[in-house]
Amino acid sequence: MVAVSEIEASSLIVRAVKKTFPAPENPLSRRQVLDGVSFSLAAGELVSLIGPSGCGKSTLLRLIAGLDETDSGELLIGFEPITAPNAERGLVFQDPNLFPWLTVRRNIQAGLVARGVLREKKEEVNEFMRLVGLEIFANVYPHHLSGGMAQRAALARALINHPKVLLLDEPLGALDAFTRMRMQDEVLRLWQARRTTMLLVTHDIDEAIYMSDRIMIMTPRPGRIERTIPITLARPRQRSSEDFLRLRSDILNFLHFAGKG
Amino acid sequence: MEAQEELIPTAIVEPPSVLRWRTILAVPIAAAFALALHALIAKNEPLLEAHSYRLLFIEVIAVAIVLALLRRFSPRLRQWMANMWPIFTVAIVTLCVWDLITLGFRLLPLPYFPGPSAVLRSMINDRVLLLDSTWHSLVLLLSGYALGVIAGLISGICIGWSSPVRYWGMPILKVVGPIPATAWIPLAMVLSPSAVFSSAALIALAVWFPVTMLTSSGISNTRASYLDVARTLGAGRAYLIFRVAIPAALPNIFIGLFMGLGASFLTLVVAESVGVKSGLGWYVSWAQGWAEYGKVFAALIIMAAFFSTIMTVLFKVRDRVLVWQKGIIKW
Repeated sequence: MVAVSEIEASSLIVRAVKKTFPAPENPLSRRQVLDGVSFSLAAGELVSLIGPSGCGKSTLLRLIAGLDETDSGELLIGFEPITAPNAERGLVFQDPNLFPWLTVRRNIQAGLVARGVLREKKEEVNEFMRLVGLEIFANVYPHHLSGGMAQRAALARALINHPKVLLLDEPLGALDAFTRMRMQDEVLRLWQARRTTMLLVTHDIDEAIYMSDRIMIMTPRPGRIERTIPITLARPRQRSSEDFLRLRSDILNFLHFAGKG
Repeated sequence: MEAQEELIPTAIVEPPSVLRWRTILAVPIAAAFALALHALIAKNEPLLEAHSYRLLFIEVIAVAIVLALLRRFSPRLRQWMANMWPIFTVAIVTLCVWDLITLGFRLLPLPYFPGPSAVLRSMINDRVLLLDSTWHSLVLLLSGYALGVIAGLISGICIGWSSPVRYWGMPILKVVGPIPATAWIPLAMVLSPSAVFSSAALIALAVWFPVTMLTSSGISNTRASYLDVARTLGAGRAYLIFRVAIPAALPNIFIGLFMGLGASFLTLVVAESVGVKSGLGWYVSWAQGWAEYGKVFAALIIMAAFFSTIMTVLFKVRDRVLVWQKGIIKW
């Protein structure tokens, strides 16, 4: 059971979630992907989830989004259990997945159209396009956008629904190093402007330290949350400050990537 | 900011500011050559035939000169002339070759292969019946095609979207679809009291198969991540089908529409020459029965123009609807 006070303070609660998939090498057996994952996100918190590839980070996000079903365990948004995809949990993938047949403006307003509230919220479309700096690209088709611009459009498309939780599945993973650092500031700016609770899956330790209030480290198969590290560095953070680098080497040590010598 | 660094690629092709004289003169020179050639080889041709053929080329020369004078005022006209003049020139030269091997050297047996001037004469003489036939063909083709497209889209979307419908629908599609629509003609004649109605149904059947096939494969090939994104944006089933799956399938759907159009032409002509007693298909076999091959060729030329016009219209519709693909695929 989850205490009522905890529910009130949290926007997302994940409790002992397990998930198996059919093993690709043997269809009769099932492989444990998530083995009892538990954590909760406070409202307005930005938390990163890091871990080696294949540890079930993306699976966990899909479960929270409601795109897949858990085998056992609880997923709650406030008091509500998660049963199906819903506009209150936005999801941004590594691939922006903008609809190529819609212009940037129509992509950004897709959520409003899908929920049938475009007429009432027409003004917000302009607001969000301004927020991500894409006003002049309103009537352009997505393939004309650079990777960073496309991802900004995808963020605006997810944020326009005012989700209670924004799930980010390696959203900056496909960008080059410079664009990625610029986009990290961009996401932070959006987070501070809208105070949206965010759960960020990443494989970039610097990104996790730079951006999050807390870092959760997952172990590989079966996935479990091994350690949670609160990041108390003052914002805006310095990527090369001593504290930053100490945290970085701690995490690398923990993941056994520190190197020998 | 990134936004300022990059400019939107604008794909406006600058029309040629000047047209080369070689291009401008090609059409009138070719037409003049055709006139001279015909005058040379058609000494003992009936006066009337030579007259209309001559008139055609005189008109071509006149129009070419007028356009050459007007070209300065319109960049679009210059663009069009630069595109079309080489093709028109070759078309006129082809007429000359045809004139030469039929009327000139009489290499091909008459009455099966009349010269271009005789065909033109047949076309002008029989214009009322030809126009009427074209009109009947158009009505029959469009009603059959529309029916087939609507049925094909509905069944294609259902088969592509829903697995139970796919389970039951796919076998029917695979067994019934590949039978050429024209093979049903004997049955259609018996089943329907009206030849026009059964012909429209046959055309619809011919269109239905490719449209269904391509629509369903397009729908079921929709990228899963588009559907996932839409669902996390709050999309219901109607949005997923009509605003995600169908737009994603449109490139495929258009391939089906083009294949269906080809099949509809074939079925139209066969149905008209066998069952319906009107239309261009009927006209061709009727003229052949009277051994009037000038009329056969006239009808074939009109058919070519008629079908290619419809094809062009469909291309224009596709370019409009799929404009978002510009830049993604080789356009």
